[in-house]
Amino acid sequence: MSILEVQNLHKQYKTVVALEDVSFRVEQGSCFGLLGPNGAGKTTTMEIIENIIEPSGGSILYRGGPRDDSFRQQVGIQFQHTSLLNFLTVKETLRCYRQLYRNPEEIDWLVKRCNLKPILEQRNNQLSGGQRQRLMLALALVNRPELIFLDEPSTGLDPQSRRYLWDIVDEIKADGKTIIMTTHSMEEAQYLCDTIAIMDGGKIIAEGSPAELIAAHCSTNTIKLPRTVVESALDGLGLDYHVDNSTISIRTANVDSVLTRLLGTGVDLSQMSVQSPNLEDVFLILTGKQLRD
Amino acid sequence: MASLQRIWVIFRARNKEFFRDRAAFGWNFAFPFLIILGFGIIFSGENIQRYKIGVFPQAGTRVVFEETSIPDHFQTDPAVDFIALASLEEGLQKISQHKIDLLIDGTAGDRRYWVNDASPKGRIVEQLYQAALMPRDSQNARRYSVDGTRARYIDWFFPGIMAMNMMFSALWGVGYVVVRYRKNGALKRLKATPLNAFEYLSAQMLSRIFLLMFTFSVVWFGSDLIFNFRMQGSLLLFLFTFFLGGLSLCSIGLFLAARGTSEEFTSGALNFISWPMMFLSEVWFSLEGAPEWVQQLSWVLPLTHLLKAARKVMNEGATLIDIQLECGLMILTTSLFLILAARIFSWVE
Repeated sequence: MSILEVQNLHKQYKTVVALEDVSFRVEQGSCFGLLGPNGAGKTTTMEIIENIIEPSGGSILYRGGPRDDSFRQQVGIQFQHTSLLNFLTVKETLRCYRQLYRNPEEIDWLVKRCNLKPILEQRNNQLSGGQRQRLMLALALVNRPELIFLDEPSTGLDPQSRRYLWDIVDEIKADGKTIIMTTHSMEEAQYLCDTIAIMDGGKIIAEGSPAELIAAHCSTNTIKLPRTVVESALDGLGLDYHVDNSTISIRTANVDSVLTRLLGTGVDLSQMSVQSPNLEDVFLILTGKQLRD
Repeated sequence: MASLQRIWVIFRARNKEFFRDRAAFGWNFAFPFLIILGFGIIFSGENIQRYKIGVFPQAGTRVVFEETSIPDHFQTDPAVDFIALASLEEGLQKISQHKIDLLIDGTAGDRRYWVNDASPKGRIVEQLYQAALMPRDSQNARRYSVDGTRARYIDWFFPGIMAMNMMFSALWGVGYVVVRYRKNGALKRLKATPLNAFEYLSAQMLSRIFLLMFTFSVVWFGSDLIFNFRMQGSLLLFLFTFFLGGLSLCSIGLFLAARGTSEEFTSGALNFISWPMMFLSEVWFSLEGAPEWVQQLSWVLPLTHLLKAARKVMNEGATLIDIQLECGLMILTTSLFLILAARIFSWVE
């Protein structure tokens, strides 16, 4: 059952088209990820759905109908760029935000879930990046939302903080909440998202589960051998390979067949590794390797 | 439908933020005392309204009247200060730059004097000097003093200064805060909640008026200890007029900051509205006798009504009934600009 349906979304800023005919559905209880290079239109899409900015065209259905006044009571949002009142403490900020809602979450629950106890009395302007993200996540959960928006939630976090954030998101998913998120981290998307839409140039260019996307767009594995293997041994085997400073990389859809051929030549395979395709490969294939600003 | 709880939550949060921002709070708390100190110094002497007459040639720093032909009764005129000057050249330079109002050659038998035609004060003091030189005709002129309680200049002037201070604090206080919050994304975060523009702006306005009235009370009571103001009417009503005036000024500040993220633009817009009020709302001088259109323009400015009401209460003992028109107009201004600001308010850049 869809909790959200986006239909033919269009956004234009004067002469710049930011979004063009963007449509997708988000199933209740799932985690939906929007991936794309900088300027692809991820945040614009999110903020239109969140009702922060107005679309130029298209429609958004929440639980089958247009978003009404109750929408804000039922969604939680963690923005990519935002600010809080600097001189309030974490505890006061939580109290302040929860009083803006009809059915707020208990502070103790928020504190426990987002690990805020050690920083409860700290002021917002004294928080580290990770602490701040945890507070922002707690604010997104302050109204017991059914639908949660996370816009690049782990940007700027160290590996420990990122892992901690993923654990929290996992728990939220386990509670049956629906999450829509954007991220630049393919690892994060692959770990957290059930469905992913890849955007580029304001359009959705691919959509599916991580496994479906990989299967559809990148079926080749990579066999890596150290450079010590004599290159000439590979000649005549009909392999698609390239050599860099220390490694020989062989791309193939059929690992067994290549390994059989390599064993036949007597090549030392003791230091061999096989890499399966991942979301990053799909992303680069679909959006190219050109640098985006 | 506005939620009083949400207004209260934002009101409290804003107040906490303000009182904990040591720099902002320190300045806002210290500023009233600086005002009191400044006015204490300015009004402690009685020379503020005196005319300055330069006399030459004088060797010292004080005029030696025995060496001059200035009439005796003019020497002691309380409206005049005499300033010793060494030479005609020095005197001409000072009078051309309005540093003195009249220049007298103290030794010349023909009682020569110089006046700057571009100086209104010069023309008045010239009349005083000429009158002093004429024979005194005291039999045909009779002098009477006004009976009853007279308003002192400071009793008329001080409400104007207080209102002006409130105007700047109200306009800039709310205007800059809203623009800053919009710029750094704090408003965007609030937009994601059920809080609406009217609730947010009302909370900002109430928080600022709370601060303004706190500052106003400190300055007023502090200054009263020094100047012993003559309050003819109710002090509570006097404070009420400033409360209404502060609300109307805050609402204009909110309206001007309802959109945009440029502090420079907001500052320009706030200047555009504050400077006419400063000169046309009778802060410094009365507009009696000013052209009709100037008086009509003055009438649309909320500071005019605040000052009229406050001065009526303080100097004439007016009651709420007497100032109902001014109060009504201030309430109307507040409602109008608050609603307009909420209608056009933008949470994001």
